[in-house]
Parts: sequence; structure tokens; C-alpha cells
Amino acid sequence: MADLSWLIDPVYIVTIFFFIIGMQRMSHPLTARSGIVWAGAAMLIATLATFFTPGLTNLALIAIAIVIGGGFGYLAAKRVAMTDMPQMIALYNGMGGGAAAGISAVALLGTTNATTGSLAVIGGLIGAISFTGSIIAFMKLHGWMRPRPITFPGQQVVNMVVLALAIISGVLVILQPAWLPLSVAMYLPLFFVLSLGFGLLMTLPIGGADMPVVISMYNAFTGLAVALDGFSFATPNYAMVVAGIIVGAAGTLLTLNMAKAMNRSITNVFFGAFGATEENVEIQGSMKSIETDDVAVLLAYANTVVVAPGYGMAVAQAQQKVKELTDLLESRNVQVKFAIHPVAGRMPGHMNVLLAEAGVSYDHLFDRDEINPEFPSTDVVLVIGANDVVNPAAHRQGSPLFGMPILDVDQAKNVIVLKRGQGKGFSGIENDLFYRDNTRMLYGDAQESVGKLVQAVKKF
Amino acid sequence: MTDSTMLWTAVYIVMLAAFTGYVVISRVPAILHTPLMSGSNFIHGIVLVGAMVALGLATTPLEQAIGFVAVVLGAANVTGGYVVTERILQMFDRSGKKPGKEA
Repeated sequence: MADLSWLIDPVYIVTIFFFIIGMQRMSHPLTARSGIVWAGAAMLIATLATFFTPGLTNLALIAIAIVIGGGFGYLAAKRVAMTDMPQMIALYNGMGGGAAAGISAVALLGTTNATTGSLAVIGGLIGAISFTGSIIAFMKLHGWMRPRPITFPGQQVVNMVVLALAIISGVLVILQPAWLPLSVAMYLPLFFVLSLGFGLLMTLPIGGADMPVVISMYNAFTGLAVALDGFSFATPNYAMVVAGIIVGAAGTLLTLNMAKAMNRSITNVFFGAFGATEENVEIQGSMKSIETDDVAVLLAYANTVVVAPGYGMAVAQAQQKVKELTDLLESRNVQVKFAIHPVAGRMPGHMNVLLAEAGVSYDHLFDRDEINPEFPSTDVVLVIGANDVVNPAAHRQGSPLFGMPILDVDQAKNVIVLKRGQGKGFSGIENDLFYRDNTRMLYGDAQESVGKLVQAVKKF
Repeated sequence: MTDSTMLWTAVYIVMLAAFTGYVVISRVPAILHTPLMSGSNFIHGIVLVGAMVALGLATTPLEQAIGFVAVVLGAANVTGGYVVTERILQMFDRSGKKPGKEA
């Protein structure tokens, strides 16, 4: 094969350029879809160019591994339901972290100097944490594990000890002091077991409600690990460095934005074991249920209706029916708006994605700051499968939710909550809203309930 | 180049890349947060090229085994990340007005 290794750097530069253009395009609704195509093309040429790396052997193994991994990634992503997307992002992010940890391991098994070795150790630590952490996040969201926080006494001490031991063994991998009898062959597995263990331990106590923040955080972690690993080669791989840092920075900002939307600090997310502690506040009143026809009357003769969707809408795949209902109401000159809480569902923007899928136009969607002043003058609020993001307990001092910005739906004249049963929200916290005098509960599967509402509204 | 020039070049690159990542994402509407997270998840799939080099330069069976796993994981990150992002963004394509059909 002709020596085409001179191609690699120019191709990597084009790759980075395309990545940036791609992300830029992904940050505007109109160009978003073309953004991923730019990035995809860049990834393809970068992968092909890498085959020209001087001295590259094991080509057959590389090809087989790409077919196996690529095939799995492609098929799994094609097959899952739209509602399962959040955990799929977590899963693939974890795999990226695992790959980064693997690169570190190979680098550390070979010869490294103190600088590249240190970077490989840090990259390996972060990559390994992202790997096991993301897998736990995936399992919690996918229902393979209880989403509730898993806690035990002294947990944070144990976690910190494990982290400290991981760091110490990482330092030993680099220093390999002669006075210690153990060889690098001992420290390295120890280092990775401890790092992987810390990722696991760190994620167990985090409740389902905080998962969006966690996934975003691990996304940034993986980016950082990839960037550090870029330095672990004899000649730095700047495509990895730049792309990794861009993801690290963008991911960190995204994480902070998300945490802000939930009024939670990052330390609180990771060390607060949110939702683990039950508060013992007696809630006044009782839950009052309502029949479909009564809701239909309310809706049909309302002036303004606001729909506040949540994860329940996603689970029930009710977005198409919701769109049908809102079209019907609009044809009766009822003004319909959607109140979108930034962290409704399992991911920021989750609701927007589902509503866009159903064909609801952007100008109907309003975020929390825009819609909150309008609730007092709203006739009917339909809460469809949302729970924590509409819980007025967030305004009450002492509640675990205290301070979380919510949709103030309780201020509307009528609140109809569509809910499968009497269970609590993902955070595991009782919802005051359901006990308010102006609240009525419409029990049942959201898709069925909304479907019945459509039929009922047509009668009036 | 000396080691210290290399180091400072690296610092420049990291700083500018971090700034780029920050700027690109700083004015993103909330509705694009999920696709963008997914998109950046795809972009760190560039780890695949590193994994390929790690496996390609591996000499011992242990290195080969770890490198092989790394390439498998990296490739899954790439294709999975792409398809997930593509599927999410597909929904933004209908420019809103078309009535949704029953899936």
C-alpha cells in the first residue's frame, strides 16, 4: 500500500472543521438535521484516514471490531422506541468512556513518559467512571434497576476512599517506585477496578429525577477523557484532543444549564442522594377524580387551555392524540398553549422532541418563564403525565424539592391531572398539587384518556 | 520542536477548543438540548480513531484484547450516537405544520 500517512493530519483538520460546523448547525432548529450529516461525514473520513497510520498492524482485527461494534450500535439505535432515546444516549456515552479507558490501558501497558503517562492515567480514570456511571444511568432509566437512590450508611466515605485509592494506584502506575514490591502489572488492574468501581458507587445514590444532569455530566466526562487520551500517543492525536475538549466544554455548560433549570447544584446532584429522604408533612385535602365527559365540557367551553406534558405522555405515546385534541380545541377557538418545563421527561427538550414528532408547531411551545405569568388567567391546565415539575411543594421550605423552578399550574382555575395511578413522581415525593381544591384527577393510560377526550369534546 | 513548545502548543489548542465548545452551545434554545447532547455524544465517538491506533500498534495479546474491546466500544459509540441523533433530529424536519400521522 502506498504511503498515504501524510493524509492523516489534513483529514483530521477537515474533520474538526466539519465537527464545529455540524455542532453550529445543530444549535439552530432549521439547520439542525444537516448538522449531524456534516459531523457524520467528518467521522467517516477520519476513520478511513486512520487506516493509513504508519506501522498499523492488526488490520483484520480492527475491521472485525468495527463491524461488531458498529453493527450493534446501529441496530440497537434503530430498534429502540423514541421514548427510550435518553437511556440510549447514556449507553453510547458509556461505551465511548469505555473505549477511552481501554486506550489508556493500552498506552500504560506500553512505554510512556511521566507526562503522557499522567495524562493517560487521568483519561483512564475519567473514562472508566463515565463507563460504569453511564451504564448504571442506562439501567436505571431502562427499568433494569430501581430508579430510586441506592444508599447505605457511610456511603460518601466509602466513595471517597475508593476514589482516593484509585488515584493513589494511578500515581503508582506512573511512578513505579522501586521500594514497593508490586509491579506495574499489579497497579494497573487495581487502578482500573477502583476507577470502574467509583463510577458505579458514585451513580448508585443518584435518583432518577437527576438523571438528565448525570448523563450530561458523563457526556462531558467522556469528552474530557477522549481529549486526554489524545495525548497518550507518541505523536498526539489532535483530532481527539480538539473534539474531546469541545465536547467537554459544551457538555459542562449544558450540565450547568440543566442543573440550573432544576435549581440543583452539581455537588448536590452527586452527593445529595436526592429523593432518598421522605418528608413527613401531612398534606391537606384529598385526591378527587373526574369523568371524561366533565373534562370535555371544561375544555370545550374554555377560552384558554394550557397543556403541561411530562414523562407520562412519552411512556403512553400520547403525543399524537394530544395533537389531535389541541387541533380540535383550536377549531373551536380555544386558545391552546404548551407549557414546557426544561427538565420535563427524562432529558432537557424531551417534550419538545416528542411534540415536534407529533407535528405541534414551535409557536405553541412556551418555556417556564414565558408561561408562568399566564397561569392565573388560564381556564384549564391539562397535566399529562407530569409530576415533579408541577409540584407546588417546590415553594415550601423544607421540602426536598424546595427551590426547584416549577410550572405554577396550581394557580390556574382548573387543573386536570392525567395519571396512570396514584403513585408518586420519579423523585418519589408526594405531590401537593393532586390534593388541591382546583385539581381533578383523570386516571388511566394517557393515550386512552386523551383519545376518549377527543371523542367527548366532539359531542359538545 | 522542544518539549516546552509542544506543551504550550497543546495549551493553546486546548484553550481555543474549550472556547469553541462553549460558544457553539451558549445560545442554544432549550428545545435543542437533547439532540445537541446526543450530537456531542456522537462527536466524542472520535475516540474510535484512537482505539484503532491503540489496537493497530498493540504487540502483546493483552494489548490486542483491550484494544479490540476499545474499538468495539468506540464503533458502537459512533454508529449508535449517529443514529440516535439522526432519529431525534428527524422530527424537527417536518417544520411543524403537517398533521402527524398515527405511528
